[in-house]
Amino acid sequence: MLEIKCPYCGSRSQNEFSYGGDSNIKRPELGKEVSDKDWDNFIYLRKNPRGKHSELWHHVAGCRQWFKVLRDTSTHEIFKTAKLTEEL
Amino acid sequence: MQKYSIFSLIKNAFSNHKDWEVAWKDSEPKKEYDVLIIGAGGHGLATAYYLAKEHKITNVAVLEKGWLGGGNVGRNTTILRSNYMFDPNGLFYEYGMKMWENLSQELNYNVMYSPRGIINLAHSDAQMNVFYRRGNSMRLNGIDAVMLGRDELKKMIPFADFSESARFPIFGGLMQPRGGTARHDAVAWGYARQADSMGVDIIQHCEVTGFDVQNGKLQGVQTSRGNIKAKKVGLCVAGSTSLLAEKLNMKLPIESHVLQACVSEPVKPFLDHVVTFGAGHFYCSQSDKGEMVMGGDLDGYNSYAQRGNLPTLQHVLTEGVAMFPNLSRLKMLRTWGGIMDMSMDGSPIIDKTHIDGVYLNCGWCYGGFKATPVSGWTFAYTIAKDQVHELSSKYRLDRFNTGHLIDEKGLGTKTWIG
Repeated sequence: MLEIKCPYCGSRSQNEFSYGGDSNIKRPELGKEVSDKDWDNFIYLRKNPRGKHSELWHHVAGCRQWFKVLRDTSTHEIFKTAKLTEEL
Repeated sequence: MQKYSIFSLIKNAFSNHKDWEVAWKDSEPKKEYDVLIIGAGGHGLATAYYLAKEHKITNVAVLEKGWLGGGNVGRNTTILRSNYMFDPNGLFYEYGMKMWENLSQELNYNVMYSPRGIINLAHSDAQMNVFYRRGNSMRLNGIDAVMLGRDELKKMIPFADFSESARFPIFGGLMQPRGGTARHDAVAWGYARQADSMGVDIIQHCEVTGFDVQNGKLQGVQTSRGNIKAKKVGLCVAGSTSLLAEKLNMKLPIESHVLQACVSEPVKPFLDHVVTFGAGHFYCSQSDKGEMVMGGDLDGYNSYAQRGNLPTLQHVLTEGVAMFPNLSRLKMLRTWGGIMDMSMDGSPIIDKTHIDGVYLNCGWCYGGFKATPVSGWTFAYTIAKDQVHELSSKYRLDRFNTGHLIDEKGLGTKTWIG
């Protein structure tokens, strides 16, 4: 069982959260010309490292806030969590 | 190579089974090969086998970081099926199903092919409609499909919950009678033994650490046991594809996720078919030893750990008990996890790459095991001829740019939902 520290509510069990994937994905800016390649990359490409991974989680059965988590994908160890507006 | 038969069994019984030949050699790497296959799992070994048998390319090495068959080919739940709706999937997997039917004879190795039928349960009229549609699509592609009603299912799987109080009442189901199971390890061992006998080197404990690419052409690979020259290399490393692709400066539409499975203690015959309870994220079958083999969904977050976490297992087994209440009396024997290459449309990738001599076989999501023969067959063709096989022509990498996705489940690009 993962224990995840929500930046708003504190440590809670994994059961209260849902996963949102790579936190580094940025939507191409609105109103600007976007090449097909950039758009495809935005939709389909994610970081997939073995080791430290910066990702989004949603405290769906709690405060319903999204936040960032730095987690190791090979040991599942969680190093740090942060609000979306903060740096990890 | 020694042929396995009833006669060789009797003959070797007289010498207390001490004179059996080794099934495959533990080869040392040579300096150069025509083709390197990375990953001695089902797909890698099958590819090496068909390269040697169909294309007469025998100067081949299969490089394996761990041990033969220690990855997903030894970690799956052994299910065979081709019950897909979309043509590219249906035709590809159905070709594979036909290969399974003769695989034991082809490999002279009993893969314990068991076409016991796979049943997908439906729990509403709407789901029945969806299954009718998929069943019809299957039939149009020449794949066997039968719709079953509640009364028929009652006779076939009497231990399922047919009571009035069932949370998901069984309306009926879609069955592919030729679906079933095979012994997963035997598939890897059978391919390894035949490939080895035709001259393929299987090199275990040899990790690929880098690629030597010059002017867009592959020259060789660096490994933990020295450099090896080769003009062609095929990647069959589902689960770790992104890691090797990174060494080639490629980014792939793939995430690695852990999928768990478990088996119970062995019991007397209880379930004759493979049954999937998709609405509850649960499926099971009974192994020849009598163990209930069960699985469900991904743990739901990127992972390279070949082990899972309890909440998912608890969820899967809770649903299992809801569908088959008397499973609750069973003790668990083992649980384990394997790392899935989850592609962004749920379908695999078999293709050439922008580097001359580098070939990709990845993105198998949940369904790599059943594809083992046909994946090896088409991938060997792709490597040997440097062109994509017609059967796998829709599994190209550029579909993520052209928009020709094969999104069987209609889920979009969230791999962690499944």
